[in-house]
Amino acid sequence: MHDVAFEKVTKKFGKVVAVNNISFQVNKGELFTLLGPSGCGKTTTLRLIAGLEIPQSGNIYIKGKNVEKLFPKDRNIGMVFQNYALFPHMNVFDNIAYPLKIRKQPQKEIIHKVTEIAKNLQTEELLSRKPNQISGGQQQRVALGRAMVQEPNVFLFDEPLSNLDAKLRTEARSFLKHIQKEMKTTAIYVTHDQKEAMAISDRIAILDKGVIMQVGTPKEVYKNPENVFVAGFIGDPPTNLLNCSIKYNQNKTVLDFLQFKLDISPIRDLVREKVNNEEAIIFGIRPEDITVEYKNASPNSIKGEVFVVERLGPETIIHVKIGNLIIIVRDFSEPDITMGDTIWLKIDFNSVHIYKKEDGKIII
Amino acid sequence: MFEGGIILSKKRAFLFMLPALAFVAVFLIFPAIWAIYIGLTNEALTGIYGLNHQFVWFDNFIKAFKDPWFHSSLQISFKFVFGSLVGQAGLGLLLALLLNNKKGILKELVSNIVIIAWIVPGVVVAYLWVAFLDKDFGLLNSILGILGFARVNWFRTLPVGVIIIFNTWRGTAFSMLLFMAALQSIPPSYLETADVIGASGWRKFRDIIIPLIKPQILTDLILLTLWTFNVFTPFILTKGGPAHMTEILPIYTYRVAFMGTGRIGQGAAISTIILLINLTLALIYLKMLKRK
Amino acid sequence: MVFRQRTNLWNNFWIYLILFTLVLFFILPMIWLVIAPFSSKASLAVKITLPSLNNFRELFKNKVAMLAFKNSFIISFSSTIIVTITSMLAAYALSRTNFKWRSTLLYALLLFSTVVTGIAAMVPLFVLNLRLGLIDSYLSVIFVFIGGFLPVSIFIIKDFFDAIPKDYEEAAIVAGSTPSQGFFRIILPLSQQGMVVIALYIFMNTWGDFLIPFILLRSVNKYPVSVAIYTFFTQEGLPLLGLLSAYSLLYSLPVIVLYIIINRKFGFGFHGGLKG
Ligand SMILES: Nc1ncnc2c1ncn2[C@@H]1O[C@H](COP(=O)(O)OP(=O)(O)OP(=O)(O)O)[C@@H](O)[C@H]1O
Ligand SMILES: [Mg+2]
Repeated sequence: MHDVAFEKVTKKFGKVVAVNNISFQVNKGELFTLLGPSGCGKTTTLRLIAGLEIPQSGNIYIKGKNVEKLFPKDRNIGMVFQNYALFPHMNVFDNIAYPLKIRKQPQKEIIHKVTEIAKNLQTEELLSRKPNQISGGQQQRVALGRAMVQEPNVFLFDEPLSNLDAKLRTEARSFLKHIQKEMKTTAIYVTHDQKEAMAISDRIAILDKGVIMQVGTPKEVYKNPENVFVAGFIGDPPTNLLNCSIKYNQNKTVLDFLQFKLDISPIRDLVREKVNNEEAIIFGIRPEDITVEYKNASPNSIKGEVFVVERLGPETIIHVKIGNLIIIVRDFSEPDITMGDTIWLKIDFNSVHIYKKEDGKIII
Repeated sequence: MFEGGIILSKKRAFLFMLPALAFVAVFLIFPAIWAIYIGLTNEALTGIYGLNHQFVWFDNFIKAFKDPWFHSSLQISFKFVFGSLVGQAGLGLLLALLLNNKKGILKELVSNIVIIAWIVPGVVVAYLWVAFLDKDFGLLNSILGILGFARVNWFRTLPVGVIIIFNTWRGTAFSMLLFMAALQSIPPSYLETADVIGASGWRKFRDIIIPLIKPQILTDLILLTLWTFNVFTPFILTKGGPAHMTEILPIYTYRVAFMGTGRIGQGAAISTIILLINLTLALIYLKMLKRK
Repeated sequence: MVFRQRTNLWNNFWIYLILFTLVLFFILPMIWLVIAPFSSKASLAVKITLPSLNNFRELFKNKVAMLAFKNSFIISFSSTIIVTITSMLAAYALSRTNFKWRSTLLYALLLFSTVVTGIAAMVPLFVLNLRLGLIDSYLSVIFVFIGGFLPVSIFIIKDFFDAIPKDYEEAAIVAGSTPSQGFFRIILPLSQQGMVVIALYIFMNTWGDFLIPFILLRSVNKYPVSVAIYTFFTQEGLPLLGLLSAYSLLYSLPVIVLYIIINRKFGFGFHGGLKG
C-alpha cells in the first residue's frame, strides 16, 4: 500500500491548468520530491494533498484511503509552509503545541511532547520567545516542530529552505532528512532547486506545466532522463542538448550538426530501427561525459575553441565554441588553457542520449 | 463541499456579508434611491398630502429652481465651501509645514489642540463659538475692547464669515494630519539638496514641496469640498440666520422638509440635487484614488 | 556664515510668531469650556471666579440631562457593537474569498458611502423610519448609524485582514483546526488592533452626531446629549449657562479620553484617509 497516491488528478484555476492529469505513488517512509521550475504546479500538488485545494477530477489517496470527502483537519498532515506561517501572536511553545491543543490533548501530554520535540530540534531555549524574536533557521525548525508534533500521516514541505542563506540551507537540509528518516514518516518535499532535490530525495518527480515529466531516483533521473525537459533541468551545468539530423551512409552513421559532423557508428544498431534517415533529432550528452583533448586529436573527436573557463576548485567548467554552437564540458584535470585555445572533444558513446525532435521523448 | 475555497466557502462568505449588506441596502442605498421617488410626489408632513400624496413629476424641481431661497442657499453654500476650503487646507498646510521637523512638546501641544477642536462634538463647538463671539460678553469682543476697538456683532456683520471661520476651526485637523503624513514621506535628502543649492524657503516650497505632495493636496481639496458641502453644524450656531444669511443648502433642505408645513416631497427633490452634486464629487474622488 | 545665522534667527522668529497666532486662534474659543463650568456665576464671558463644582451638582440633579447621557450611551454602544461585528464578518468574507462581483461590490460600497451623507438622505431617512414605525425610537437612530458607518468600517477592517497572510489560517487548518477555529484563534487576535480602532472610531462619531437623532427623535426623554444640549440652549438659554457649560464639558470628555487612548496606544494617524 502506498502512503500517498495520485490518480489522474487535475486542478484548474479558471483557465489555468495548474495540475494536469497527474498520477504518482509515494511509498511508506519515502522522501519524495516534487521538482520543477516556478509555476509548474508543485505547490498546488502539495495543497491538494493537504486538502487546501480540491481537484476538479481524479482521486487522491492517503494511506490507501480516498480523501475526497475529508476536511484538511481530518487528514492528519504536517505541513511546513514556505514562509513558515508561524502564528505571530503565540510563542514558540504555543506554536508547536497548536495541533495538540486544537485536538484537546491533555495538558501534561502536550508539555511532554513539545519539550521532547524542542529538545530534538535544539530549540529548547526558544520556547518562550515569539516568532519574530528568533532567526530564520530557528523559525524553520519551529515550523518543522509544529508539523511533527501530531505524528502526521505525511509531511508536506513547501520549499522549506528557500528563505535561508546558502550555508544554513545545506545544514538544514541534512537535518531535515535526518529527522524524517528517524521518524520514518513519509514526506513530500517541494523545491525548484535540482541540487537540493538530488541531495535529499529518495525519489523525485519532475514537473513541467502541471505535467509529470519523469519519476525516479536521483540516479535514474540523472543518468537516464526520459525527455529533453528532464535532461535540461537536472544537472549543473545541465545536459548539452543539440539539434541535429541523422544520416545513414553506406558504411557509417553520421549526425549532422551543420557546424560539424559526428560519426556515431558505435551506437548505430541502437538507433537504426527507431530513427529514419534524415530525421531531425536532439542529441544529449552530459558535460562530464565528454573528454577534452588538449594536445592532439584522436579519431572522431570534435574540434572547438575555448570560449569561457570557470575554475571551481576540483573541477573546471569549459564552454567550448564550435561554429556558433556552445558545448559545455566538465574537466577534473585542472587544465592549463585560456580563451581562444583550440581543443578537441571526445564523446563517450555509452552516455549519449537521443531524443525525438517533435515531442522531446527519449529514443535511446 | 468546499466550493469557493477552504478557508471560507462561497456560501459561508455570503452569509457573513448578509447582515452588513442588508443594513447598508436598507438604510443607505435604498433611501438614496427612494429620495428620487419622493421628490416626484407632493408628500407633506401635515395636511392632506401627509396621508395620500400624488405624483407631481418634476413640479418640485421646477419649484426649487424658481425659489429665490434655493438660489441664495446655493450661493451661500458655495461661499461657505470655498471659504472653508481655503481656510482648512491653508491652515492645515501651514501647520504641517511649521510643525514638520519639529519634535517634542511644541508639536504635541499644537497638534493636539487642533485635533481636539476636530473631535469634540459639533454641538459643543457651536456653543463655544456662540460664547466666543457674543456681542456683549464674548471673549473676542472683550479682547478687542481692551485693545481699544468697538464691540462688533459678528453674527450680523459677517454672517457667512462666522460660519466659515467656525468650520475652519473645527476641520483644520484633517488637512493638517494629511499634509503632515505627506511631508513625512518626502525624503529629507530632497530638501537638503535644495539647501545646498541655496534655495530660499519660498522656492523650496514652490518647486519641491508642492509638486511632491500634489496628490495629497488634490485628495484633501476634493474630500473637503464633499464634506463641507454636507455639513449641518452651522445650523446649531446660527439656525441659518440672521434673515437666512447663513442658510446653506443643508439648512435650506431641513427648513423646507421639516419646518412649517413640512414639504417632504419638495425636500426630497432638493435631496436629489444634493445627491447628484455629491455623486459628481465622489466620482472625481474615486477616479483620483484609482489613478494612485 | 554670520549672515546665515542671522537669517535663521529671523526666520525662526517669524515661524514662532505664526505658530503662536495659530495656537491663539485654536485655543481662545476653548477657554470658555474650561472656565465656565467651574465658575459660580457662569455667563458667556470668560471670567475667572472662585472655582466651584455647583454647576456639576446641578447637572447631576437634572433628570433630563442625565437621561440624555444614558441615551447617548445606549445609541453609541449598540451602533458600535453591531457595526464592529457585522463589518468584521463582511470584511473577512471580502478579504478571503474572490467572487466575480467582489470589486464591483467594493466600489459600490465606497461610492454610496461617499455620496449618501446624512444631509443628502435626511428626507428619505425620515420618511423610511416613519413608514417603518421607528420614528422616535432608539432603533431608528441606531439603524441609520449602522448603515452609514458600515462601509467605512468594512474598508478599514478589510485592510487589516488583507495584511494577514492566508497562510496563517491554512497552517491552522492543516494543523487540525476548523475554519472557524482558525478565525477565532488566529485572525481575531491578530486583528485586535483594527477592531479597537474601528470601535473607537464609530463610538466617537456616533457620540457627537446631531442631525440624525435631531430628525428622528421626538420625545425629550429619548434625546441623546447632542440634541438635549441644543434644546436646553434654544429653549432656556442664558439662565442655564452654568449647567450647560458643565454639561458640554462632560459630554466632550469621553471623546477626548478615547482620543488620548488611541493616540497613546496606536498613534493617531490615517487609515484610508479617515480619522481613526
Ligand atoms: N489560487 C490561484 N488562483 C489562480 N491561479 C493559481 C492559484 N494558485 C496557483 N495558480 C496558478 O497555477 C500555476 C501553478 O502554481 P503553483 O503555485 O502550484 O506553482 P509552483 O510550482 O509552486 O511555483 P513556485 O515555484 O513559483 O512556487 C501557476 O500558473 C499559478 O499562477
Ligand atoms: Mg510554490
